[in-house]
Amino acid sequence: MSPTSATLTPSSRPRPRPRTATRSSSPRRSRDLWLGVLGVLIVLAGAELLSRTGIVNPDFLPPVTEMYAALFAMLGEGWFWEALWLTVRGWAVGLAAAMALGVVVGYIIGSSTFLRRFTSSTVEFLRPIPSVALIPLVILIFGTQPQSAFVLVVYAAFWQVLVQVLYGVADVDPVARDTARSYRFGPIRIARSVVYPTALPYIMTAFRLGAAVALILEITAELVIGVDGLGRELGIAQSSGAVPETYALVIVIGFIGVAVNLLVRLLERKALWWHPSVRSEQS
Amino acid sequence: MTFTTLLSGRSAKAPEAPATDVALDLRNVQKTYDTPGRPEVEAIRNLDFRINRGELVCVVGPSGAGKTTLLRSIAGLLDLTAGEVVLDGTPVTGPPDGMAVVFQEYGRSLFPWMTVRQNVELPLKEKGVPKAERKAKAERALAEVSLTEAADQHPWQLSGGMQQRVAIARAVAYEPTVLLMDEPFAAVDAQTRAELEDLVRSLWKHLGVTVLFVTHDIDEAVYLGERVVVLSNRPTVLMEDVSVDLPAERDQLTTRSDPRFGELRGHVYSLIQKAKAGHRPDEDQEA
Amino acid sequence: MTRYLKSAGYTLGLPVILLTGWWFASAGSTNPFWPPLSTILEAFPTTWTMDRIVGDILPSLARLGIGFGIAVVLGLVLGTAIGLSPSLRALSEPVLEFFRAVPPPVLVPIIALFAGYTGWLGKIVTIALGCLWPILLNTVEGVRGLEPTLTDTAKSYRLSPWRRLVFVILPGASPRIFTGARQSLSIGVILMVISELFGANRGLGAAIVQFQRSFAIPQMWTGVIVLGLIGVLLATLFKLVENRMLAWYVGQRQIERGA
Repeated sequence: MSPTSATLTPSSRPRPRPRTATRSSSPRRSRDLWLGVLGVLIVLAGAELLSRTGIVNPDFLPPVTEMYAALFAMLGEGWFWEALWLTVRGWAVGLAAAMALGVVVGYIIGSSTFLRRFTSSTVEFLRPIPSVALIPLVILIFGTQPQSAFVLVVYAAFWQVLVQVLYGVADVDPVARDTARSYRFGPIRIARSVVYPTALPYIMTAFRLGAAVALILEITAELVIGVDGLGRELGIAQSSGAVPETYALVIVIGFIGVAVNLLVRLLERKALWWHPSVRSEQS
Repeated sequence: MTFTTLLSGRSAKAPEAPATDVALDLRNVQKTYDTPGRPEVEAIRNLDFRINRGELVCVVGPSGAGKTTLLRSIAGLLDLTAGEVVLDGTPVTGPPDGMAVVFQEYGRSLFPWMTVRQNVELPLKEKGVPKAERKAKAERALAEVSLTEAADQHPWQLSGGMQQRVAIARAVAYEPTVLLMDEPFAAVDAQTRAELEDLVRSLWKHLGVTVLFVTHDIDEAVYLGERVVVLSNRPTVLMEDVSVDLPAERDQLTTRSDPRFGELRGHVYSLIQKAKAGHRPDEDQEA
Repeated sequence: MTRYLKSAGYTLGLPVILLTGWWFASAGSTNPFWPPLSTILEAFPTTWTMDRIVGDILPSLARLGIGFGIAVVLGLVLGTAIGLSPSLRALSEPVLEFFRAVPPPVLVPIIALFAGYTGWLGKIVTIALGCLWPILLNTVEGVRGLEPTLTDTAKSYRLSPWRRLVFVILPGASPRIFTGARQSLSIGVILMVISELFGANRGLGAAIVQFQRSFAIPQMWTGVIVLGLIGVLLATLFKLVENRMLAWYVGQRQIERGA
């Protein structure tokens, strides 16, 4: 098994540390916070200066203040909220479908040694096929309809989820499974009380990886194919020379990405509070 | 206090013989952890003792006595609050030249991406030892710990006891003035432990290296050491510096059944019990 | 002997079933979007001629290689620096948090402003920037998560900063670095394709979209297959390199798991 997932990486292993604690004391933390704010200010001020002084052509990089002015102007317009909604919806629906499909298929394949061996070569072959290879196909079939984005998002996120779920189901302690069988647990009870708790950390990893990939493909579909959403608006803004608006949209999409990451982390904390990797992060 | 003072009085005589050649000198060492935003923790109040060249000294103390803090301070991995550690006449400010450390966590102190031989040779490379000599030294050190055959394996392919032997070989090949060992055998099984103890004794005897051996195991301390430094509980001071007057030739069977071994062991044990109960020599003097 | 047959059966069974299924299901197809597999295969040699390989596939792969290489070098250098310095980490954390969350395809319109997409520069910059963040962030985490006993050991043997970097820090972080590099590579392939979809271009992605626009459907299908094969090939190559360089890590983990 290769170290594919984040849960398998060494840093998430719980580690007893007899060292004296020097981290996470409050003055240190507030110092870090101020440094972080400082870092953001440096980047913003730096970009503003590069543009104002003309070191970088302001036609390509407008001052940050102009980007934010464009951003606030956008907030008052209906098309912006419409596009934002479509992007988020496309992402969420695609991700949900990929999760559902990946978990079900992964559970079925993972529970049977025969199926696992029978499908492994196919999974290994299909997984690395880049989902962008499907772009011309979906254009032919769906054109600029949301289904185009849906297919790309599901295809890309599905493999991430499937592989993680397979790892998770394979990680179930065989003794626990045998014990459950010897007590004549039904398949549903085994799934719920034996497989699910073991596989949950993997499912959360699947969610984290899938969420990021789904957003990438949703934006790609909008930008490249022209499916309605922020990505399409971004393409339009750029080709019509509305440079501050272009940057404003990039910033908005970036913040969606940040929001997705925060959401994932929140869910992970909630679902896995008992898991060592989460606990050690807090300690 | 009769027994204690009697014994400590006697052991105090031994180091008074003109300190011929001091390898490691701890002068009023103090360590207080002062992390901003946290209550200060006084780990070591005052430690003052010295180790002569070629001696094997064990340090024991109740758990939480700051043994590891002491060792990390000596190794130059921690800054002292006051006092100084002098190695070979030079005060220690960072990890000093001429000191090698064997950590308790053998699995984590060996570089898993290197073979056993590469692990042993790396510090020599840093020292600038020429290639042929480096190879010979590593070869010899591995032979000392009888791991010649395992030289091209990776540490994680070996058992726990073998891994710790690799760490010892690495330290020995470095030819340090002082070898520091931080509870090196706490994580291996009892039989392996006995073997490793004998290995340390024999290496010490025929390489003439100075060893400071930190342990929580009283038997181990008495069996290995020429002296046993007993620490109080936190904040740490010296409980007593016990000299071990057992014959130089030791083995697991006869030494451990020697009545003198039993006495010393009992004495150190009672010191530790007192230390655990909060008995402190510095407060006794005040009282 | 039977064991080999059995494992060959497991490996080839499903692919053979799927391919024959495709062959027969599409055999009589008159739907222009789903040409018979036989037609697609016939179109293959005439579509992917030497000229196309040299003119489209190789330049695409070269741009991917250069961009990915730049990202690896930059990511390792910056990631190590940030991972080793708590202040630098605190300073850069929110900024990095933002940049890594930006879906890489939005770089395309921004870079189009600066460099355009007709030449190599814009495409390489896009690929490099998109690949940078996973490597950078994983290097930071890998360096930060280094075993403290190993760092102490390196210190107590007075290893020079350079030796510490080469023999201790980078190998210790390498499992995480590879995790990041793998994510980067798949993002790189996506960016390789979409950076060719803007403006008049040659390249693998451009070729496939031209087939689609000119309704050369069987040719388009061959392009989809070629792209898929390249993805599989890159993943296999990556795995080979990883297995070689992380042999110690895989072995160690197997022993830990077995124990």
